[in-house]
Amino acid sequence: MNNDEIREFIQQAIDENNVMLFMKGTPNQPACGFSARTAGALNALGVQYAALDILPDPRIREELSGLSGWPTIPQLFVNKELVGGSDIVMEMFESGELAELLGVEQPEESPQAEPEVAQRPIGLENRLD
Amino acid sequence: MPTPAELQERIRAALPGADVTVDDLTGGGDHFRAEVVSNRFEGLSRIQQHKLVYDIFGSEIGGAIHALSIKTSTPGATS
Repeated sequence: MNNDEIREFIQQAIDENNVMLFMKGTPNQPACGFSARTAGALNALGVQYAALDILPDPRIREELSGLSGWPTIPQLFVNKELVGGSDIVMEMFESGELAELLGVEQPEESPQAEPEVAQRPIGLENRLD
Repeated sequence: MPTPAELQERIRAALPGADVTVDDLTGGGDHFRAEVVSNRFEGLSRIQQHKLVYDIFGSEIGGAIHALSIKTSTPGATS
């Protein structure tokens, strides 16, 4: 897979998933505290989202940042638009803006709540081999 | 290795008049948190505000500066 194809794959993931999270690791096994917090906020809101692990190939991050203009991971896209990284997502989670953006109720429990089976994120395979 | 004081200086230089606080979160010189209050943020979305700060460091973010956590606000805002 060359860089153009990776970028196309990323763009497609953003286009096809209303709530698309690019992170280090997976929602069940996050590989970085910032990614863990961001996935945790989405889990706490109970929304269905797609997640892509950027770690398997360094070019995923390069192309993602090239496309979004955002240098760090995680990156959350809602309706094809970059919402932000973990700082912005957590600020918006705490203020209730994220729930509003996603059209869900603000929960009372903490963002570390375990996702229920019905709310499990959709896994996206990297398909880079 | 960058120091909090260095990052603070560079943000101040790029955003004159800004109120800037930078902490080294881990003491390891690679995970930083910056709180920036600037009237340059007026009328900008959060994304645009954070990008203004990230752009000061360019490719150093993810490199020498492994992580930079940012909180931005304008002088009038409460948070």
